[in-house]
Amino acid sequence: MAERVLMKGNEAIAEAAIQAGCRHYFGYPITPQTEIAAYMAKRLPKIEGGVFLQAESEIASINMVYGAAATGARVMTSSSSPGISLKSEGLSYIAASDVPAFVVNVQRGGPGLGGIQPSQSDYFQATKGGGHGDYRMIVLAPATVQEMASLTVRGFNLADKYRMISMILADGTIGQMMEPISFQDIQVETYEKPWALTGTGMERPHNIVNSLYLKPDELERKNFERYEKYAAVEAAEAMWETYQMDDAEIGVVAFGIAARVAKNAVAAARSEGIKAGLIRPITLWPFPKEVLRQAADQVKAFVSVELNMGQMIDDVRLCTGCKRPVSLCNRTGGMIPSPDQVLASIRAAVKGGN
Amino acid sequence: MAIVFQKPHALTDAPLHYCPGCPHGIIHRLVAEAIDALGIEGRTIGIAPVGCAVMAYDYFSCDMMEAAHGRAPATATGIKRCRPDNIVFTYQGDGDLASIGMAETVHAAARNENITVIFVNNAIYGMTGGQMAPTSLPGQVTQTSPYGRDVTHCGWPIRICELLATLEGPEYVARVAVNNVKNVKAAGKAIQKAFQNQIDKKGFSLVEVISACPTNWGMTPQKALEWVESDMIPYYPLGVYKDRTAAKEAAE
Repeated sequence: MAERVLMKGNEAIAEAAIQAGCRHYFGYPITPQTEIAAYMAKRLPKIEGGVFLQAESEIASINMVYGAAATGARVMTSSSSPGISLKSEGLSYIAASDVPAFVVNVQRGGPGLGGIQPSQSDYFQATKGGGHGDYRMIVLAPATVQEMASLTVRGFNLADKYRMISMILADGTIGQMMEPISFQDIQVETYEKPWALTGTGMERPHNIVNSLYLKPDELERKNFERYEKYAAVEAAEAMWETYQMDDAEIGVVAFGIAARVAKNAVAAARSEGIKAGLIRPITLWPFPKEVLRQAADQVKAFVSVELNMGQMIDDVRLCTGCKRPVSLCNRTGGMIPSPDQVLASIRAAVKGGN
Repeated sequence: MAIVFQKPHALTDAPLHYCPGCPHGIIHRLVAEAIDALGIEGRTIGIAPVGCAVMAYDYFSCDMMEAAHGRAPATATGIKRCRPDNIVFTYQGDGDLASIGMAETVHAAARNENITVIFVNNAIYGMTGGQMAPTSLPGQVTQTSPYGRDVTHCGWPIRICELLATLEGPEYVARVAVNNVKNVKAAGKAIQKAFQNQIDKKGFSLVEVISACPTNWGMTPQKALEWVESDMIPYYPLGVYKDRTAAKEAAE
């Protein structure tokens, strides 16, 4: 592929997945992420061993992913908010069976059928669970088309490394927008999968992929073990970007498309003498707690900019121990805040108001 | 001393947890005998359902997986599409396959997914304690139809073989029973054919096994087998509902 190509965010995910070694895609149509399936439908049948299959439902597609993942294959599905709700049962089973899978949520406005315009209102669903039981997923939040590609590759690598689900939590804007990107720096990591279902070959005891533990002490032990793994992920895999934070007095916190708007607002605030800075979590789970904890010792106030009714703001408050006031600057339902709206929130934070 | 009869290799040594008189043991054995006879244990991957057979992953010696309720055909699809040279089977009950998993069942059949489905129909939810199933007979008393299944209120039983046989997709759809020696032998043959079809890459093969649930039917094992003969089989007639290869050969 040429050094730099102009691509839609959704297409960048699909191409990066293929380059990361994904040969199996199972999905069900939903706006605004259909380009991913369309790209896969075109490409995968032309690649050796490649399978694109449109399932009868989101439920079936995530369970196809579950089966494929259990064989050790690099496999993915993609959907948008209502579809992710339907997939959540399967996500819980996949997490509980410790098999790796890669899932994309190009979010749209909710709840219910909601709308088809961009949103970030599945933050809770992605970072706090979504399905039943104690489990976590690695949640990656791209803010550019380039990151749609690079975080996809990282997502596959992390999924295999930790035998977890990696989810790209994007939104309709990044999914649909076009930007020039490069696939030059793709680093595909491979991991042994002795647990995979491949057939015993009559040479080893049977492998079992399962999430049922009827003995409570055994289930408890499994959950404790899984949370030790999660602790290792939290310690090693948090990603974030900071902008103008060195001397910042107002810390703006935003991810994905909201962070790009917020960056403009921070620049505008600086030009009128307000010392604002931006912290952009790139992993939403693990949440970059340490950088926020340190910022709480420096800034006077935080502004959380989100395309929802205020979800990430809870994590900002939690990991800063409510040391500084945190205000919310938001739009929802498919609306996006303007840089002026964010700037107004920054000015209000300077005055100590909301 | 010569061994004259033994456990199939494809069954592990784990003791089965099923109730006294439950035919699941017979059906497990028939599946394992087919796997042994075809010499495919080393490349077979089985999928257990949610329901009484949920722990089947401990009973078969091949690689095994435990699917979500009703989703086994989708999970099997994922496995088979990644590893087309493996032999993939699901083992499902009536609630799992014909109620919550109906969409997965019908669409796997419509795609002629090259898998083998063993469908155990005993007209009741066994594991949860005897609730009405999609295949419970009209008038059948269960925990959730205590006055008998009222078809004007909750509809009619679903005949899976007849339904699937209307589709272009599937290769082989047959109904057997395990209530007497003759039927058990015929069931074994049908199950082996369902695996052979997959080996031959012919496609979706489903064998519905009319079974019994003495515990939740509130009958002795013997009485339950009599009820299979007197009530179940008349409603669910045994036979081959679709055999594409046989039909094609007959037409030639």
